[in-house]
Amino acid sequence: MILRFVLRRCALAVPSLIGLLVLTFVLIRVVPSDPAAAMAGDAATPEQIAQLRHEYGLDRPVWEQFFVYAGKAVRLDFGESAFSHRPVALDIAQRLPATLELTFAAMAISIFLGVPLGVFAALRHNQWPDFALRMVSVLGVAVAAFWVAIMLQLLFAMELGWLPLRGELSVSVPPPVRLSGFLLVDSLLTGRFDAFGDGLAHLVLPAVTLALGGMASIVRFTRAGVLDTLQQDFVTYERAMGYRRMRLIWRYVLRNSVTATITQIGLLFGGLIAGGVVVEAIYDWPGIGSYTVNAILTGDHQVMLAVTLLIGVVYAVVNILTDLVHGLVDPRLMDRS
Amino acid sequence: MIPVLSVQGLKVSFRTDAGMASVLDDVGLTLERGQVLGVVGESGCGKSTLIRAIMGILPGAARVNAGQIVFEGENLLVFTERELNQQIRGSRIGFIPQDPLLSLNPVFKVGSQLLEIMRDHAPPGTSRADHIQRLVSLLRRLQVPGPDNALERYPHQFSGGQRQRLLIAAALACSPGLVIADEPTTALDVTTQHEILLLLRELVDELDISLLFVTHDLGVVAALCDTVCVIYAGQTVESGPVEAVLRAPSHPYTQALLACHPERSVSFTGIGGTVPSPLRMPTGCRFAPRCGYTEPICAVALPIATRRKSGADVRCVHSG
Ligand SMILES: Nc1ncnc2c1ncn2[C@@H]1O[C@H](COP(=O)(O)OP(=O)(O)OP(=O)(O)O)[C@@H](O)[C@H]1O
Ligand code: SF4
Ligand SMILES: [Mg+2]
Repeated sequence: MILRFVLRRCALAVPSLIGLLVLTFVLIRVVPSDPAAAMAGDAATPEQIAQLRHEYGLDRPVWEQFFVYAGKAVRLDFGESAFSHRPVALDIAQRLPATLELTFAAMAISIFLGVPLGVFAALRHNQWPDFALRMVSVLGVAVAAFWVAIMLQLLFAMELGWLPLRGELSVSVPPPVRLSGFLLVDSLLTGRFDAFGDGLAHLVLPAVTLALGGMASIVRFTRAGVLDTLQQDFVTYERAMGYRRMRLIWRYVLRNSVTATITQIGLLFGGLIAGGVVVEAIYDWPGIGSYTVNAILTGDHQVMLAVTLLIGVVYAVVNILTDLVHGLVDPRLMDRS
Repeated sequence: MIPVLSVQGLKVSFRTDAGMASVLDDVGLTLERGQVLGVVGESGCGKSTLIRAIMGILPGAARVNAGQIVFEGENLLVFTERELNQQIRGSRIGFIPQDPLLSLNPVFKVGSQLLEIMRDHAPPGTSRADHIQRLVSLLRRLQVPGPDNALERYPHQFSGGQRQRLLIAAALACSPGLVIADEPTTALDVTTQHEILLLLRELVDELDISLLFVTHDLGVVAALCDTVCVIYAGQTVESGPVEAVLRAPSHPYTQALLACHPERSVSFTGIGGTVPSPLRMPTGCRFAPRCGYTEPICAVALPIATRRKSGADVRCVHSG
């Protein structure tokens, strides 16, 4: 039943991915500068540009171009980066694990702090801890990530010297053998605990910076969900039947309260990958974000295109996962589909 | 013999934005062992508040100001939250809620919920397997369809009547001495209502439990109960054996209730006027604004309950 549920959601995602392909295709074609000229660079001769135009099929009918484009996208063939002169797909594969590692860390922080704080705020409804948390979570949403990043760098890296300023690993520490591409995972797999500790220290500041906004909204949604659930008849019933308070709140109430929070976490994940751009740039994190900033600055169309599609796919996958988690948390949804 | 439950002079008030609302003011009742006591009254008269006070689950805005609640010889009002959870709720007092559709937790299996109750309240030394066995046999006795795998299913996979049977099983799971039911059939259709009532009556006789049954249906009282307690605006106005109260009602309110619906299914729309607000109660008899027998004294002094020839205790100056 779960499998059918997932397959259905996957099928539903296909049209939106096709839509994304069409959209990006149109965007490339209406971008005013000539893509072939941009790829060839400033010093290229008209013949070289024509050659490139032919190579990329830019001289063929529009619909044919689209199918060529779509076919290449499906095969992950995005051509070469004008900047690194390596296949874009390879560059991305190399950098994606760093971004995912950062994103997962930020997610973990915002969930494991945000959910309990949200429950706590709901239980202290309209008392001072609730007001304080509401203030902080409004700030968390409002304050720009780059400001937080710089403040954290100033305090913890420059002033106190507790944590590294930027990067993924100290220059003095040789990187572990690359297996999964995830630095922390690889250093554990190869027994390089020095690299693990150093990598973890480097991860803290960027992950905390990235986590703040998401944590604030998780606190708000969890608080609202718990307050709503506490009004339900079954909570009165469970109290009347002597459920222990801790189990009542953290198991029976919480599972009913997280529907909106899960939706929010799903949205956040996509948002974190996109929003990580600023954080990665500030902390010089070797992921997709800093790569994209580079591509934008140098007008590297192929890279921008590939990253856009990547984010689209991430959103689609996260949507499917969100639906799946909803179904697992609330069996009524699974039955309805 | 001491009664299973005795409530005396209970007063409960709610803190509201408009001031203190006195919701229960001098409620009293007695439930003897093995009997069924019906608590009757219009919507808003404080029936659910009375039950919550007994189980210690009043909302934060409510206070018990006076009175005592004695269950099997122990004053429940001096119990801490923890003691109530460990010794009373779900173990010695079972609860059957009003709305079976809303009272089961929708995202947990029925089994998790019923076993959660037994986990904390079943006799020490019994294992989870014992609990499952006990629940399955209860579900079979209560005619829940598919009793062997019912615990593995979710609440939404059962009908309203079936869910009420699950909740009755939960109430009986730890062999309580007292079961409290808050309008347990109001949310069900007439046929199902009837089945559930018959079942409850059988279980009372079969399992030697006492039942406190809240309803606004005098027909149900006549069919199910041994004694009855009529509440009006947070006060017990008449109580006694069912035959006495229903055949020869003494209080004008009880008379009005019976007069507007001599048969089943009382909706109370027949009595003129409305229940006074708990924020502004009349100083004298609370029924005075709607009473057909009002005397000058009624508006000034609150009558006290006296025993009548019929055997009922009645709070009224009228000799009726
Ligand atoms: N949380 C609360 N705050 C303020 N007043 C309340 C609160 N809960 C109940 N009341 C008041 O207490 C009175 C009695 O309510 P209660 O729910 O006990 O009535 P009831 O007899 O069970 O009615 P029904 O038959 O509709 O269930 C009502 O007037 C109601 O307005
Ligand atoms: S005390 Fe007076 S007003 Fe109240 S019920 Fe009796 S006769 Fe009516
Ligand atoms: Mg009620």
